[in-house]
Amino acid sequence: MQYQIFKLKNFQIGIILLPVWFLIYHNLLPFTNWLVFDIFGMTKGEYLAEALWFFIFEFPKVMLLLTLIIFFVGIIRSFFTPERTRKALEGKKTFTGNVMAAMLGIVTPFCSCSAIPLFLGFVEAGVPLGVTFSFLIAAPMINEVAIILLYGLFGWKVALIYVVTGLSIAIIAGWIIGLLKLEKWVEPWVYETKVGHNGMDDGKIAFETRINMGFDAVKEIVGKVWIYVALGIAVGAGAHGYVPEDFMAALMGKSAWYSVPLSILIGIPLYSNAAGIVPIVSVLIEKGASLGTALAFMMSVIGLSLPEMVILRKVLKLPLIFTFIGVVGVGIMIVGFLFNFIF
Amino acid sequence: MEIKILGTGCANCKTLEKAVNIAVAELKIAAKVEKVEDIQQIMGYGIMRTPGLVINEKVVLSGKLASVSELKEIIAKHQ
Repeated sequence: MQYQIFKLKNFQIGIILLPVWFLIYHNLLPFTNWLVFDIFGMTKGEYLAEALWFFIFEFPKVMLLLTLIIFFVGIIRSFFTPERTRKALEGKKTFTGNVMAAMLGIVTPFCSCSAIPLFLGFVEAGVPLGVTFSFLIAAPMINEVAIILLYGLFGWKVALIYVVTGLSIAIIAGWIIGLLKLEKWVEPWVYETKVGHNGMDDGKIAFETRINMGFDAVKEIVGKVWIYVALGIAVGAGAHGYVPEDFMAALMGKSAWYSVPLSILIGIPLYSNAAGIVPIVSVLIEKGASLGTALAFMMSVIGLSLPEMVILRKVLKLPLIFTFIGVVGVGIMIVGFLFNFIF
Repeated sequence: MEIKILGTGCANCKTLEKAVNIAVAELKIAAKVEKVEDIQQIMGYGIMRTPGLVINEKVVLSGKLASVSELKEIIAKHQ
C-alpha cells in the first residue's frame, strides 16, 4: 500500500498547482518575446510578428486567468443554489428584491436551458415577476467568463464598468417590468403548475466536496469555452496587424450616433457566449469603435439572446417577451450613449 | 427499480440519459429507465435545474451531470 502515500487529495493538488500557475503567468511576457523575436527571428513591428505575438501571449494569459478564477467561482457557487436564492427572494419588497435578485443572478449557477424550471420555481414561491426578471437579466449577462475576459483584455476598470452597468440594467429593467403589472402576459398554465418539494439540498457539503466542485467547474466551463477563446483571439490577432486602425471608426465610432441602437439590433440574433465575443469586441475597439458602442454590442449579444427568448416563450406571451427585449434594449442603449458621452 | 431522467431536451439531459443507461447495463440490474420531458411533470419533483435524476420517486441529482462510475454508486445506494 506504499503508493497510498503519494495519492494526493484534490485540494493538495490545488495547492501545488498554485505556484506553478504564478510562475507561468509572470513569465509569459518574456517567454513570448523570446519565442517570437529570438527563436522565430521576427522583427518587431512586422504585421505577422505582431499577430503571432498577440496570439501566443493573449491566449495562454486568458486561459490561465479563466482556469484560476473559474476554480474559485466554482467553490463560491457551491454556496449558492437556485433553491436558496429563491428562498432569499421570497416575499421581498420590489425594489430591494430587484437589487438582491440582480446580485444573486451573478453568483447563482445558471444555464439558459434551466430558465423554465427556474422561472416556474420562482413564480410558484411568490417571487414577484419583476424581481424574477432582474434575476433572468443579470444571470446570463454578468457571467464570470465575461468578467474575466474583460479584465484580461481591457483591465479592471472596464470589467468593473461592465458589472456595475449590467447590474443597474438588471435592477431597473426588472423594477419597471414589475411596475407595469404584466402578470396577465404570463402563460396561465404557469400559475396552475404544482411545484413539488423534494427535501433535497440540506446545504451540508464537506469542504473537500466544494474543492471538487471548483475542479468540476474548471473542467466543464474551460473545456467548453477554450475553443471560442482561441477563435476569438485568433481573429483578434489577425485583425491586429492587418486591419487599418480606423477601420471601424466610421461605423462604430463616437460620431455615428446611430451605431449604438444598430449594434444592439445586430447583437440580439447574434448568439455567442462571452468567451467568443469579448476578444472580438477588443478588436472592434482597437480599430476605432468607441467604448460605449462596443459595450452595448457585447451586452446585447450576451444578455439578449434569441435562443433564450424562444425558451422563455413557453412561459411568457409574446407581448411580455417584446417588453422584456424593449426595456433591456433601452437600458443597454442608455449605457452605450452614456459611455460614448463620457469617454 | 424505476429511474427517471428529468429534462426538457437540453444537451446535458441527453448526456445524462446515456450515462444512466450505461451504468444500469454495467450493474446488470433490472431497472426501468424513463425520460420525463413534460415540464409540469418535471416541476412536480420540485427541481429548479435540469437535468434531474429520480430513483424510485426520490430526487437524487439536479442541475449537474454525473459520470458513469458516480451513477453506479448512486444507483447502488438507492437500490
